[in-house]
Amino acid sequence: MTTPKYNLLHSVWNFFCSLKLTIFTLIMLALTSIIGTVIQQNRTPEEYLRQYGEGLYTLFERLQFFDMYRAWWFLALLVLFCLNLIACSIKRLPGVWKTVREPSLIMALGTLRTLANHTQFDSRHNAEETAQALSESLSSRFARPVLTRTEGGLHLFAQKAAWARFGVYVTHLSILIIFIGAIIGNIWGYKAFVNIVEGDQVNQVWPRGGGDPIDLGFTVRCDSFSVTYYDNSMRPKEYASVLDVIEDDQEVISDRKIIVNTPLNYKGITFYQSSYGPAGPATIRMRVTPKGGTPFVATNREGDHTPLPNGYSFAVTGYAQSYQGMGPAVQMHVNTPDGRHGNPFIVLQNYPDFDSRRGGEFAFALLDYKQPQYTGLQVNKDPGVWVVWIGCLLMIFGTMAAFMISHRRLWITIEPKGEGSVVHLGASAHRNQAAFALYFDELKKNLSKDLAG
Amino acid sequence: MNSVQLFNLTTIGYFASMVLFLVYLIARSPKLALAATAVAWAGFAANTAGIALRYFEAVDMGYNQAPLSNLYESVVFFAWSILLVYLLMDLKYKQRAVGAFVIPFAFIGMTWAQLGLDDAIAPLVPALQSNWLTYHVITCFLGYAGFAIACGASIMYLILDTQKDKDNKHGILALFPDIRVLDDINYKAIMFGFPMLTLGIITGAAWANYAWGTYWSWDPKETWSLIVWFVYAAFLHARFTRGWVGKRAAWLSIVGFAATIFCYLGVNLVLSGLHSYGGA
Repeated sequence: MTTPKYNLLHSVWNFFCSLKLTIFTLIMLALTSIIGTVIQQNRTPEEYLRQYGEGLYTLFERLQFFDMYRAWWFLALLVLFCLNLIACSIKRLPGVWKTVREPSLIMALGTLRTLANHTQFDSRHNAEETAQALSESLSSRFARPVLTRTEGGLHLFAQKAAWARFGVYVTHLSILIIFIGAIIGNIWGYKAFVNIVEGDQVNQVWPRGGGDPIDLGFTVRCDSFSVTYYDNSMRPKEYASVLDVIEDDQEVISDRKIIVNTPLNYKGITFYQSSYGPAGPATIRMRVTPKGGTPFVATNREGDHTPLPNGYSFAVTGYAQSYQGMGPAVQMHVNTPDGRHGNPFIVLQNYPDFDSRRGGEFAFALLDYKQPQYTGLQVNKDPGVWVVWIGCLLMIFGTMAAFMISHRRLWITIEPKGEGSVVHLGASAHRNQAAFALYFDELKKNLSKDLAG
Repeated sequence: MNSVQLFNLTTIGYFASMVLFLVYLIARSPKLALAATAVAWAGFAANTAGIALRYFEAVDMGYNQAPLSNLYESVVFFAWSILLVYLLMDLKYKQRAVGAFVIPFAFIGMTWAQLGLDDAIAPLVPALQSNWLTYHVITCFLGYAGFAIACGASIMYLILDTQKDKDNKHGILALFPDIRVLDDINYKAIMFGFPMLTLGIITGAAWANYAWGTYWSWDPKETWSLIVWFVYAAFLHARFTRGWVGKRAAWLSIVGFAATIFCYLGVNLVLSGLHSYGGA
């Protein structure tokens, strides 16, 4: 007699164990995931209103399409996926465990003959001697067998790669571990950013998406930031910041260069090169040669006028990393003593004598141009990342074992027959049958050869 | 000879192989199938040599980078992966008719690369300067190649399935492998492709964590790779469920490959995200 309560529990359990649920959940996850790739995620309401209009905006907002991978219904699908995976594994694992740990050591002859790979041959030795010889032969060629004696004769059982049966469950477990890692990262980690002007230092970073600044517990200083380009082009080759870490007045990390694919990691907090920009006016050093006079060095801050002898002054108004393929250049002008702006002209760093041909009151040569930069760093702390990597490693082993390794089993029954005996041999593989059939042909030849020899 | 010329030879080779396979289906001469396979091997050799030469051409220009840096190079590598997995499966199964449904994918890819894509060798932008690029791209494309072959076998399956009620198969269908063999090729190719895609996603996540500070950010490319993973995971579980083998599995495999192609190209050409090499 089953009570209704038991029936209900039973059907709930069956629902969660069902493979149809697995296929449904996987297809639903695939279909719904598309939404977030078509609708850009986590933008401002203004952008969405502009793009979709009020009606659609309200609908999408209600359906949580603008942050759909954190929407309750998407998370519910993921939870359903996990419950299904756990229930399926709990239901099927004990059977598989039994197959592997307590294999049936004897296979009835009737069943043995139904195996795709089976054969029988005579041995001139008696049953005990035959079993002995086959055991040795199997140990070296396949796997060490287990011997069982019954009234019907002697039985050998050997198996290889039984653990491959667990591949599926290792894969399932790995998915759960990855989820746990992601949850740990979400609760105890953060994603933040900080901008540091060259020469400055910080001990706080700002969470992305707003909120109070987070104390690092140490200080990070940016010594310098630089962009280098591939020769004669504006194609960036490298963005690099040079950082120091200071803790308790001690410089614990000095002059560490970080570039896009080489971050700095200190105490579980990682600093990634992510952006940069100008911070304040540039400083330009010029060698100035008055007509018929001796050269001297003048320093100009972009936007200011730098005085020159006899009431003249000059200002730099622009800079190019590569001016018409001739390298760095500034645009500048000279003001006359009566305050009139002169015509703008270009000074090339790579051609220091060029400007004297202009024939002005002063000839200029560009010594250097320093634009102070800030470096934009992404600052992440994710204490769950190691859990995720363990999950990923398990997943790699699990899928490889599940798809590429085959559990192979072999049963032998030896019956006495006159002076000698009869050997019945049967074998099965849980995948890749075609290859195993060839392997079995080879193995049975070798076994009977060993027996005869 | 430069790499682009070698890729032209590759394209011609794949075209010739494809035509020979199609003629084989009509003329039913095993010699034609052998010729088609030999030409496919020759095209594959040119493809391999072209990729190797392109690496040295980049080194000569001063860029020490794997020839996987832009859309052109990735399409050429995709064609190479399809041929590699196909030829290995051919050695095992020797079901020659399958070539007529797989080689076209490689041919279309090569033709598009040669006619429609920029073949200039450019240095890598900072975000791609990482050894992870090589591992990530190779594993992903081996996975994609497995799915391409599964898709070819599934198309054959569905064609054959429409004829299953007729007593004699005639015409080109006579040379099709047995419907169970097609189902098996479909399954085996996905069993190869799925762990490769898994590795591809994991190496991608590891690289993203290293370069951008987060292993998963639901960027469209990442999400689409996961969609592809979900579809093939559904396919693999469908094998154990009654009512989902055969025809439905074949459809699932075709949908999976369509999703794969969208993940590879559609995301770059239609959507926006971090994997920008296709958009430029």
